[in-house]
Amino acid sequence: MARLNLILLAALVVCALSVVTSQHRARKLYIELQKEQEVARKLEVEFGQLQLEQSTWAMHSRIEKIAGGQLMMRVPPTTRIQVLPTEVTQ
Amino acid sequence: MSVRAMQRPVIAHARWRARVVLGLLLFTFAVLIARAVYLQGMHNDFLQQKGESRYSRVLEMPATRGMITDRNRDPLAISTPVESVWATPSALDLGAENIRPLARLLEMSPTELAKKLADPQRDFVFLKRHLPPEDAAKVMALGVPGISLQREYRRYYPGGELFSHLVGFTDVDDKGQEGLELALESEIAGKPGSRRVIRDRRGYIIEDVESIRKPQDGRDTVLSIDARIQNIAFRELKNALSQHQAKAGGVVVLDALTGEILALANLPTYNPNNRGNLDPKRMRNRAVTDLFEPGSTLKPFTAATALEAGLFRSDTVIQTGNGTLTIGTATIHDAHPAGALTVAQVIQKSSNVGAAKMALALPSVKMWEMFNGVGFGALPNAGFPGEAKGRLRPHAGWKPIEQATMSYGHGISVSLLQLAHAYMVFASDGEIRPLSLFRREGPAEATRVMSAVTAQQVRKMLELAVLPGGTAPKAQVAGYRVGGKTGTAHKLDGASYAANKYVGSFVGLAPASAPRLIVAVMIDEPTTGGYYGGVVAAPAFSNVMAGALRLLGVKPDAPLNNVILPPPSAPEIREEV
Repeated sequence: MARLNLILLAALVVCALSVVTSQHRARKLYIELQKEQEVARKLEVEFGQLQLEQSTWAMHSRIEKIAGGQLMMRVPPTTRIQVLPTEVTQ
Repeated sequence: MSVRAMQRPVIAHARWRARVVLGLLLFTFAVLIARAVYLQGMHNDFLQQKGESRYSRVLEMPATRGMITDRNRDPLAISTPVESVWATPSALDLGAENIRPLARLLEMSPTELAKKLADPQRDFVFLKRHLPPEDAAKVMALGVPGISLQREYRRYYPGGELFSHLVGFTDVDDKGQEGLELALESEIAGKPGSRRVIRDRRGYIIEDVESIRKPQDGRDTVLSIDARIQNIAFRELKNALSQHQAKAGGVVVLDALTGEILALANLPTYNPNNRGNLDPKRMRNRAVTDLFEPGSTLKPFTAATALEAGLFRSDTVIQTGNGTLTIGTATIHDAHPAGALTVAQVIQKSSNVGAAKMALALPSVKMWEMFNGVGFGALPNAGFPGEAKGRLRPHAGWKPIEQATMSYGHGISVSLLQLAHAYMVFASDGEIRPLSLFRREGPAEATRVMSAVTAQQVRKMLELAVLPGGTAPKAQVAGYRVGGKTGTAHKLDGASYAANKYVGSFVGLAPASAPRLIVAVMIDEPTTGGYYGGVVAAPAFSNVMAGALRLLGVKPDAPLNNVILPPPSAPEIREEV
């Protein structure tokens, strides 16, 4: 009887300690998760800003201005366009 | 005294005391039980709440507002997080050495800052709203107790003034105020959520207890607008306005196959990213909300009604005589007498007398049915707030003179969007599809307004109008067959027509062999370089059409040397207004 009690006591102590450690680990992991979520939020902020930056740099009016002004590009006059039919005529 | 006699009173005395003590004990016990029942049973909620408030917190979880993008998913409105700096003046400990750097970071003067913090009773004062996250981090790095950050979202519009009428803007609390931001508020606004957590002494969250409400991000919305075509439309409209010193103008580009709005540009405009001083005049989406008398652009519908009724054919000759027609006390004029004209030539030369004669031969109900069928006097239902319905009076009350003037677009008012939409019947062989501001997968269901044969015949007449001899040779596009009609009208000034205020317009479609696009241009009060639709609006139409067709890769249906402009010495083509 006493032996059984001792075994049960030992089991109890082991269980109690493991509860404590797992709880501790759970909290640590949770803090880890918090940090990762914070990183995710920061990345999301950055993504939004980059998207904004991209669309500002890639404004069609800006591209047009650079193409025409800096790169001296222009739409060819109609006299210099040759349209090729897609189907080959026999 | 016997021993018994000695003991009796003592015992009696003790019993009495014991009962009192027992009674007291029981009473106290009962009080304790009652208190316990009260605390555990009845007062439980309050206490539990108090206890939890020591360690648990409810955290707000912000939700982002959905993006608005064009049809190719280029963003037109994006929300990015920003930080707002707030302070608790009652708890604020602002040392003298911190005032200057803080004021500098917040871009305000030290006195201004001191004024904001003047009332020590307040618990919450915004010091600066919508700071970029990096700047906000610098503020927090000062380590001033009593200053905190709050995450908020700010809306940015990369397209700026190009799209401002359409997209609109939000206020400082990210709520839609104008345009689609207002119309779509319920769909694109995110719903913030919240969750309950347990925090330790140092403020770390150690456990997620429950999620009270999941945050719901707003839905992204894809518009039918093509940013590239919008850019062309805006640029050409701007050129036309500065060239003719006009007050305002609008351009609408429609996809003739699906009914989608590909571009919708208005001038004057404003920058939605800088909402400091907004002028309501600049904020109106004129192409959708403003009405004007369209003038001759309605003649093709009169011709179509006449062809549908079977009373006229494309080559039926109408005698316009010396260019005047008197109905009752009123007289209708043509710019120059043209004698006998076929129906096709009436459209080509834009003869008012010819159109009026056709209209007078028709029952008023037929004309009304045509105008109503193509959407005049009815809401366009494209999805924009505040769309104008236009004015088309019931046909029962039409007098002959009214029917005659309506045949060439007077006594009826429409918006530019309605006008462009109406031309869809000529582009898609007599069928009309509902408009949409949102991207569609495949065409919407069409309603037949006129027979395909009639629509094709009118399209041929529209082609004549842009060739030399018509009213708008400047609307031609190299490589494509184009059809269209000019319109010039006096502006209504109250109840009467203003003598020298005009609206010049042009509506057309291309390629005429299989129409893909409809472009409508309206120039309001041009003052220099002419005022006829064929002069002020047709060149802009040509440029927008050419650019849009090229961008969409539409196959040319004409040789590239098809543009034949009349020599500069040729007499100016006028149309009566």
